[in-house]
Amino acid sequence: MADTAVHSDAHIEHAGHHTSTGLSNNKLAMWMFLGSECLLFGGLISTYMLYRGRHSANLGPDQVWDIPFTSSSSFVLLMSSLTMVLAVSSANRDDDRNTKVWLSVTALLGALFVAGQVYEFTSFYREGLGFTTSLFSSSFYTLTGFHGVHVSVGIIMLMSLVGMISKNKVVGDKKEVVELFGLYWHFVDVVWILIFTLVYLIPA
Amino acid sequence: MTTATEHHDSHEDTHEGHGLTDAGYIKIALFLAAITAVEVVFSYTQDSLGAAFLPGLLILMAVKFFMVLLYFMHLKFDSKLFSLMFYIGMTLAIGCYLVFLTTLHFFES
Amino acid sequence: MAIIERPSEEVALAPSSVPEVATPSTSYGIFRRPVETTGWKSWLFTIDHKKLGIMYGVVAMFFFIVGGIEALLIRLQLAGPNGTVLSADKYNQMFTMHATTMVFLFVMPMAAAFANYFVPLQIGARDVAFPRINAFGFWAFCFGGIFLNTSWFLGGAADGGWFMYAPNSSVAFSPSNGVDFWGLGLQITGIASLTGAINLIVTVINMRAPGMSLMKMPIFTWMVVVVQFLLLFAMPVITVALFMLMFQRSFDATFFSVEAGADPLLWQHLFWIFGHPEVYIIVLPSFGIVSEILPVFSKKPLFGYPLVVFSGAAIGFVGWGVWAHHMFASGLGPISVAAFSVATMAIAIPTGVKIVNWTMTMWGGKIKFTVPMLYAVGVIVQFTIGGLSGVTHSVAPSDTQQTDTYYIVAHFHYVIFGGAVLGLFAGFYYWWPKMFGKMLSERLGRWNFWLTIIGMNLTFGPMHVVGLQGQPRRMYVWTENRAGEGFFNIGFWNLVASIGSFVLALGVLTFLINVVISHRKGTAKAPLDPWDARSLEWITTSPPKEHNFDRIPTVGHLDEFFHRKYEDRGSGDHHEFHQVATGEEVVANEEAHAESHIHLPSPSYWPILLALSLPIMGYGIIFNLFLLFGGAVLALVSLYGWGLEPHTAGDDEFDPPTGAALEVAAHG
Repeated sequence: MADTAVHSDAHIEHAGHHTSTGLSNNKLAMWMFLGSECLLFGGLISTYMLYRGRHSANLGPDQVWDIPFTSSSSFVLLMSSLTMVLAVSSANRDDDRNTKVWLSVTALLGALFVAGQVYEFTSFYREGLGFTTSLFSSSFYTLTGFHGVHVSVGIIMLMSLVGMISKNKVVGDKKEVVELFGLYWHFVDVVWILIFTLVYLIPA
Repeated sequence: MTTATEHHDSHEDTHEGHGLTDAGYIKIALFLAAITAVEVVFSYTQDSLGAAFLPGLLILMAVKFFMVLLYFMHLKFDSKLFSLMFYIGMTLAIGCYLVFLTTLHFFES
Repeated sequence: MAIIERPSEEVALAPSSVPEVATPSTSYGIFRRPVETTGWKSWLFTIDHKKLGIMYGVVAMFFFIVGGIEALLIRLQLAGPNGTVLSADKYNQMFTMHATTMVFLFVMPMAAAFANYFVPLQIGARDVAFPRINAFGFWAFCFGGIFLNTSWFLGGAADGGWFMYAPNSSVAFSPSNGVDFWGLGLQITGIASLTGAINLIVTVINMRAPGMSLMKMPIFTWMVVVVQFLLLFAMPVITVALFMLMFQRSFDATFFSVEAGADPLLWQHLFWIFGHPEVYIIVLPSFGIVSEILPVFSKKPLFGYPLVVFSGAAIGFVGWGVWAHHMFASGLGPISVAAFSVATMAIAIPTGVKIVNWTMTMWGGKIKFTVPMLYAVGVIVQFTIGGLSGVTHSVAPSDTQQTDTYYIVAHFHYVIFGGAVLGLFAGFYYWWPKMFGKMLSERLGRWNFWLTIIGMNLTFGPMHVVGLQGQPRRMYVWTENRAGEGFFNIGFWNLVASIGSFVLALGVLTFLINVVISHRKGTAKAPLDPWDARSLEWITTSPPKEHNFDRIPTVGHLDEFFHRKYEDRGSGDHHEFHQVATGEEVVANEEAHAESHIHLPSPSYWPILLALSLPIMGYGIIFNLFLLFGGAVLALVSLYGWGLEPHTAGDDEFDPPTGAALEVAAHG
């Protein structure tokens, strides 16, 4: 096994600026970052699970959740994953115009999701559920807030990327840059898939 | 359900030999949306589902999770090394935090 | 002489497929790109892994001295009864910062120094995979460490012990800003560790020289990889905990408010899920260094190389399943305690494998006791002592007696000082000629070694005794009438420990003197291959040129350098190595076949600026939210500058802006 690795390594090296495995450095780094993020969100979700039942009688998850509303915003985020993957697909076809369109749509859907989250937080707050109200509220706002910050950062990056493509100022391989943004975005979506079920749909 | 067509699509796709066609991605998105709808229905019919409720929801969640991971994030078509990096983190997270919650008596309540 | 060309369209470290590389002709910074190769700018904005490695080393050594002075103050306070050197409050700050500094600002970054400097050299690469991220990592560590220590002057340092148990670290019990500084400082250095981890793993996976399969990699590189994986997955866990602590203290969240129903073990679990892998993060790099040194000075290959690799990986893996052994006394319940106790005993197995392999490496070898070898043997002996007392902790009933006594303090100092720090010193002496082209004095080195060994055993040995006698750790004063009598009088043993700590300090001082003396003008240049070494980093000049290798070596063996110098004339299983070339000849041969086109990535302003924004945001969170905003703006600007900057500077950014080739002489 080791011998074949030697041969393939040597072969690749002759071809020029290639890596030992033939895989992209950036993509490998992104996957490692996402692997690491699993432990970040895992910690936040676990803390929420531990604390979800610790609240005053009338301000718990089962009292404040608005399932139809959250379901729609989850749907919006899910669809943003589709538009993101269409952007990647367009970028692979060297179709700058459609890449920009789909990236913009993705950012828009993301913004819609964040807006929904802001609305949701505001309405919870009006019902009396502040950040410091209970263990449940602290851990809930922290978990969903972290996720919201991830989405917001993603939106800023998406818009920057659209601008950079327009002015042809993307450094490096454009297809790959779009793909990397896509991985980040899908990961954020995947985390919401977990949050939606574990936090919202399963009653405390 | 759509698996057969997806595989067919992936062979048709010429670019870099992996990924689906746009139509394939749309099918997956529709499938994911359908699962989400089922999940929401689940949450409203908890009483009639009884013991099947919790495992059902968790399975649906896992299906969505892996659909996005495998198809939208291309893990199914990409190098195993990428999968390895992610799955190490995922496995450690699930393992450690399950033990964490167990020692804090989360599952006894 | 290799020529480093001005970069053209090609990007040195570009990803594998680069069909459409947009190459803007100018960078978008306010200033011209810092392309200098000499002077202060060449250090401040460098992205050269070797310069960064040296800077990691210098800053870590500074913090080692800071942490050492803190330790001496602690020992002065405890030297006699009713100590008055420190107040109770200052004492709390002192031991907290001593531990934090030693763990996060000395051992980890010093290991990062070696990893940064030697991993690319050991795998035959010209730099790391992400040179700018590497620079960012160093500056984030440096600024984070300074930020953490400014707390001394801004109302007092953290005082909750290095594991900062919440709710004990809540505002009610620790009202100064110390804990806030501590939490934010560790977040900043944590970012440094995380980016460094990703960078080094990608480097090792993707940038190996042709022929270097994973099982032909030098063992130090292997151990570094294991450590980086631990960092990659452990850092986010402490990040979660630190964020919660920050929200608790700064924004009144309730995570640790027991009166609101919080679980008092939440912090302990999260901290130790991070904290136990952290133990291996601290010690494994030194294991790697020791595994490099023993074969060289025993004139034998490392015994059971695959076993050492796999046991290192096994330690890393099992290290995730033992965290609760730090919490045996917290009332986890019998099932949890039993499970974690067994897992903890199991981790002694791969550790024992390593000890056996090291011993077998020396067995029958032609051992030369140079200073690096002395330190390496010191690690085996001292770490084994620490490991054995560690096994006594894994037995839960015994641990219940030992928890929070000096016995624990004795144990982890034998492990950390005896395992990690001695290994780092072995690395200094072994690699100094490689890094600086000067030998450290062997004579002073022996003084350094023996003073250190005697000092550490005098300091930490008696702690076993006072610990078993019941002296609690973190007790700021003891009195004569409760010190006990006869042989086990804790007063006597505390005095011995305090004297020992000054012997230890003298040992460290000897090292610093050694460094100064070796670098005086006129000292001889070190030979190219002073130790008859075995691995790839020696197939280049000392210190290595900016581009590391004139020709990227093609690797055919584990211990490639050795196999270029020695030929096996035995048959079958019988090996008979005869020298066919000297190290100088091997390097000269490489220079004769130098590659003519070498592209290196260019220095950049953005890493240091981005890193600078982190402590600004930190001060903002503690003192003034406007400052937080200012820091965030700086971060954003830096990120855009970074994102829009090509890897290599354009021709017009050089001065004078011509397209002619630029010859760079090898420095040193």
